[in-house]
Amino acid sequence: MPEAARREDPALSGDGARESLALVSALPRVPLLHLLRPKWLTARVRARGGERGRGARIALLGITGVLFWAFVLVVVFRLLLYFRRVPDIGPLLAGKLLGIIFVSFFSILLLSNIITALSSFFVARDLDLLVSAPVDWLRLYGAKLLETAVHSSWMVVLMAVPIFVAYGVAYEGGLWFPLVALATFIPFLLIPAVVGSAITLLLVRVFPARRTRDILSVIAVLAAGGLVLLFRMVRPEQLARPEGFRSLVDFIAVLKTPTSPLLPSEWVQRAVMSSLLGIPDVLPYYLLWSTAAAFVVLGALLHRSLYTTGFTKAQESSERWARGTHLKRLAMAVLAPLGTVRRELVMKETRVFFRDTTQWSQLILLGVLVIVYVFNIKFLPLRGEGVTFFLVNVIPFLNLVLAGFVLASIAARFIFPGVSLEGRTMWLLKSSPLRMRELLWAKFWIGTLPLLLLALGIVFVTNALLQVTPFMMYVSLFTITLMTFALAGLALALGTLFPQFETENAAQIPTSFGGLVYMMGAIALIGAVVVLEARPVYGYVSARAFGGVADPLEMIIGFGLAAALCIGTLVGSVTIAIRRLQAVEL
Amino acid sequence: MIELTALTKRYGGFTAVDAIDLTVPKGELFGFLGPNGAGKTTTLRMIAGILQPSGGTVRIAGIDIAADPIAAKAKLGFIPDRPFIYEKLTGAEFLRFVAGLYDQGGNAVERRMTELLALFDLLHWKDELVESYSHGMRQKLIISSAFLHRPEVIVVDEPMVGLDPKAAKVLKDLFREYTRRGHTIMMSTHTLEVAQSLCDRVAIIQGGKIRACGTMTELRAHAAAGEEGLEDIFLRLTGDNAARAVVEVLDA
Repeated sequence: MPEAARREDPALSGDGARESLALVSALPRVPLLHLLRPKWLTARVRARGGERGRGARIALLGITGVLFWAFVLVVVFRLLLYFRRVPDIGPLLAGKLLGIIFVSFFSILLLSNIITALSSFFVARDLDLLVSAPVDWLRLYGAKLLETAVHSSWMVVLMAVPIFVAYGVAYEGGLWFPLVALATFIPFLLIPAVVGSAITLLLVRVFPARRTRDILSVIAVLAAGGLVLLFRMVRPEQLARPEGFRSLVDFIAVLKTPTSPLLPSEWVQRAVMSSLLGIPDVLPYYLLWSTAAAFVVLGALLHRSLYTTGFTKAQESSERWARGTHLKRLAMAVLAPLGTVRRELVMKETRVFFRDTTQWSQLILLGVLVIVYVFNIKFLPLRGEGVTFFLVNVIPFLNLVLAGFVLASIAARFIFPGVSLEGRTMWLLKSSPLRMRELLWAKFWIGTLPLLLLALGIVFVTNALLQVTPFMMYVSLFTITLMTFALAGLALALGTLFPQFETENAAQIPTSFGGLVYMMGAIALIGAVVVLEARPVYGYVSARAFGGVADPLEMIIGFGLAAALCIGTLVGSVTIAIRRLQAVEL
Repeated sequence: MIELTALTKRYGGFTAVDAIDLTVPKGELFGFLGPNGAGKTTTLRMIAGILQPSGGTVRIAGIDIAADPIAAKAKLGFIPDRPFIYEKLTGAEFLRFVAGLYDQGGNAVERRMTELLALFDLLHWKDELVESYSHGMRQKLIISSAFLHRPEVIVVDEPMVGLDPKAAKVLKDLFREYTRRGHTIMMSTHTLEVAQSLCDRVAIIQGGKIRACGTMTELRAHAAAGEEGLEDIFLRLTGDNAARAVVEVLDA
């Protein structure tokens, strides 16, 4: 500031207190949205990006999105139409369904916000700049909270749109209904963002953010526990069995009882249903907005008192690692036949995987997913009246589809990001005499072998629980083996074709556009394999049920084509991936 | 030996490197200078086989990198300007992994690794995860990895960034001694004092084209610079008016 201006400025020429006060007010007042501007500009550049095949990608994404929305809309709408025709309990069932949907949304949002807040508040690359700039704590909190909320909520928002539309149309919500939906949904999104950020802040106080293994394992366990708790809170089995209630009055009483009166999901449900049924009720709006406002204030206060220490701890180094010489020697001996290059690749992949907490924590969640899946199969009502031999044999076949989906989602989590995670170190691999073929095959086998073991385990256990015939057991094991190789190859190829080299978080890679393409491709592959095998399996089961002999030619053609499809997918995928990786420039 | 013939790199309509011809003979320490965005890193990354040229050829120790990339890269060590390495490996594990990429392992690698880590004061850190290393330590680890397999040619992009004075001195001595033993080093740097004191020859690149190339004496003659140092020659050749601009900015 020039000396003349300093003399003219009364705030700078007074006593000490006045001077410091004036200095505070003279600090730059950075608008909150200004802090988010780089994110917005980055998103805009990405959206405008002129890379090859972008039009096709947008078209594909658009079509997929519209189809998905249409599917959800139609399913929910038909269900609601059915509920409307049921006197007395129809609206109760519609409300209950909405409550269940929003309890699920709330738990997803909470978990997603906890994980995202760790990145946006503590380890994001822009934090050094923001924390060192004269940005006050409140604006930093506001900006990072908004960033966390947007990153964590966009998928839930996309899911919620067709559901709100279905409710609005089915119950003739009128022109005001979109406003009702907005008025309930905005605070509903804000509350888990604040709570999630606060939980992360408290966790980072206990553990340094870079030792996220501990934090994320706590989060994962919390999530697993939360899922079980949530399932119990909703008590879906009671709703599915009205005959289990002593009378209709009991059933209605259960429906009327709020599932979780203290959760914002219940308030959204009450607000939406009261609006749709024409029974004005302002309490849920009041609860939603006042809770959101109070939480933002409390979250900001917590941020003010804990963030500086937490951020400092987040900069601390990681734990030291023991040398693990025995394990290393064992691994070296086991992998020795592979040769030096492959052995080192395998060891590197294994170490990086198990030390990367974002990957590691997902294992726990997947474990929960697999357990839930196996237990659901266990409790399928496949004995008793009305359950035919045919049904008993068809269910295991359909079980293959479910197992395929489970494997596809695991491959999306662990194999798909493989090449993307090499992004920042690609200079080393590309400047060394390593053949890209070696790298990709190493990634393929490291991902595929555990996946194959899991696949065979799941299918064997579930088939044993279903007490299938030996034929169905062989068919299932044969098919799932082929499918595993094909799904793994496809994940590797599409992960290479749609790499996310700049991502900070491995967990975000499967949710990219490429991840979506992979899941669609995987579904198509699983569908095609099942269709090809349906005919010979049907022939065999019919022959067993009604007497006769299954046509061997039909079997050879059906299973042969399925095998050819899987092997073709694997070979084609890996070939494309090798070519693409050889051409990658960074 | 490094031979570049009409080496070109285009990004759409922009030519980053424009048909440059350059030969760095065996046993020479060659400096590659130029202002920001001149095409230095792009050239070095093409030599290292990370970027594919739009035209021209790169030969490492007589091997065309496009025709036989594996053989050419086996003779090469590359040190990038930004030390991105696997955060979840320890220093020792990273070096073993790099040795493995060159199909080397066993006791010889362990011994070499220990020597190099000791040279750069990293021995006590070798069993710690790279994520706990500072920028300079990572740089030292990458430098160690480039020397691990004793390549004939080393390509270095900004080697001194982040290094403490001791490590910088060690690196300079290492470069000098390595070239004295018949190996070739090509390095880009903005530290003109380093280039002047260390390099046998220097090339100055600007706008993707080589503006001048030769020993200090040849550069002085080229720039008609009398007894001026490399900084003045550099500024004269690249037409930089930085000194005047600084005064203007500060007075504004």
